[in-house]
Amino acid sequence: MTLTEKILARAAGRTHVNAGETVWVNVDILMTHDVCGPPTIGIFKREFGEDARVWDKNKVVIIPDHYIFTNDKYANRNIDILRAFAADQDLPHYYDVGTERYKGVCHVAMPEEGFTRPGDVLFGTDSHTCTAGAFGQFATGIGNTDAGFILGTGKLWVKVPETMKFIFEGEIPPYIMAKDLILQIIGDIGVDGATYRAMEFAGDGVMRMDMEGRMTLTNMVIEGGGKNGVIEPDKVTFDYVRQRTDYDFTPLYNDPNAKYHSVRRYKSADLQPMVAKPHSPDNKATVTEVRGTRLTRAYIGSCTGGKITDFEAAAKIIKGHQVGVETYVVPATTLVREQLKTTYFDGETLWNIFVQAGAHMGEASCAACLGGPSDTFGRLQSEEICISTTNRNFPGRMGSKKAQVYLASPYTVAASAITGKITDPREYLPVEENVSAGGAS
Amino acid sequence: MKKTIKGKAFVVGNDIDTDQIIPAEHLVYSLDDPEERRFYGRYSLSGVPEKESGLPHGGIPFTEPDKFKSEFKVIIGGKNFGCGSSREHAPFSIQEAGAEAVVATGYARIFYRNAVDGGFIIPYESHDDLVGNISTGDEVEIDGELNIIKNLTTGKSYPLKKLGDVIDIVEAGGIFKYAAKHGMI
Repeated sequence: MTLTEKILARAAGRTHVNAGETVWVNVDILMTHDVCGPPTIGIFKREFGEDARVWDKNKVVIIPDHYIFTNDKYANRNIDILRAFAADQDLPHYYDVGTERYKGVCHVAMPEEGFTRPGDVLFGTDSHTCTAGAFGQFATGIGNTDAGFILGTGKLWVKVPETMKFIFEGEIPPYIMAKDLILQIIGDIGVDGATYRAMEFAGDGVMRMDMEGRMTLTNMVIEGGGKNGVIEPDKVTFDYVRQRTDYDFTPLYNDPNAKYHSVRRYKSADLQPMVAKPHSPDNKATVTEVRGTRLTRAYIGSCTGGKITDFEAAAKIIKGHQVGVETYVVPATTLVREQLKTTYFDGETLWNIFVQAGAHMGEASCAACLGGPSDTFGRLQSEEICISTTNRNFPGRMGSKKAQVYLASPYTVAASAITGKITDPREYLPVEENVSAGGAS
Repeated sequence: MKKTIKGKAFVVGNDIDTDQIIPAEHLVYSLDDPEERRFYGRYSLSGVPEKESGLPHGGIPFTEPDKFKSEFKVIIGGKNFGCGSSREHAPFSIQEAGAEAVVATGYARIFYRNAVDGGFIIPYESHDDLVGNISTGDEVEIDGELNIIKNLTTGKSYPLKKLGDVIDIVEAGGIFKYAAKHGMI
């Protein structure tokens, strides 16, 4: 069996499952947020009764993150609904807005808080829940009805997916980031290339990445239509998780004779900085092909590109320069926001590097990644042309249907922010970073 | 489950994502409140770019700007309908607008599951791409027993795929009704 099959078999209380089978699994964690939490709660109460209790309060995690810093009265009411439900159900894992517990983007907060654990089954009411597969677990997005069902029963049906394996051979060149890998893959397979399937990432190019790089890969499997993304856990995984939780997890691995839907191999040294052109994540081009394209905005943030390592990368390029277009910096979580002020590059904090470059600094949340209410920080209100570290560039995704969005790595977005045109990061990276693997170091 | 669905068709193209089905700025309304939930019907499919809204000519809104209900009963789409975000507000908005089925060559997984488990609309799959064969405004009829869709305007019929694994949940009217029927809850 594959890693995904083994996790689902164990969660179903079975010794074996086959891809294509439908099984009922026990859920380790259910995660929800402010957009889908209130309707999930509504369905739970409608179906199980006003006085019903959740199946296990220690397994429910509620992280408001989407529409936080807005004057929209309906959006703010949604937070009130979450707060009341958490109090009523005595939920220990609620991260309330306006308190010290507030986190920000759920997919980055989940690992920070120790809720992503090898071998587990995680469902969340957000399509990017697949991010947690980086920790060697099964994690996927669901709707409100399924989440309401889990709240009452702790179970859900799931069709066991086949696995597409993507192997990166050799060290990743220093000017390439995980975002370039996943944009390359989605461009190769298309936005429905992995529909109903798991996407597994492997090879020494992947296994040498830290957890945040791995999370960028699994985060965007949904943009290839994938059900879940997964990476076999190793020491890097265990060290990260054990520093954050005492939870007693049991990791699982692919069997040597596991059957895959397909195996695709990439030579890491051949990779190029990539973009996805408007209006689809599979509309791929190398940065070289679109170099010089005029921009009006740059955006660094989200569950995909708003982690501390993403900002370290961007700061490395931006330091000492002024941005040439409106540039928005949105840390995914409050912890990342703190880290911006305590992490140094070349004698300066990342925070100061961005401020001195002229960037707008935001509060931790999903912000303009998905547009949101009209007063959302960084939202594209009209005919902007934006280069962004986020995950989707469908029409209207970041606010206006008239806007155009290019998706790219933090390196590429930072370099492009300086010039106001799509720019190859190799033009701005310190010299040693430009030397490919195997070259002088 | 309704065996026959008859009414006007609304035609869109490939990869209609859930931001196009219900743009994120509208996700703030209550899905329970009878006054507020109507806005999901008003804004359903409002994110589709104008020239691709109501093919082949475009420029046709699914729901008129001042209305809460759509005049269209069946949505015809191409591949990968409902890709992107997991928002259940997407199939909900289509139901709230008054449509009862989508016929597409394929679906993104979460949208399909939400449509079925929530019992909002029936997501039929067609063998052939119907986007070029049915025009917005054509009168169509879906026969859920024979698994065909007839274009009553042109007189042509097209086969639909059987609902497969999920038929029991569709027939029950959603996951809760299915689970209750089988003594699971």
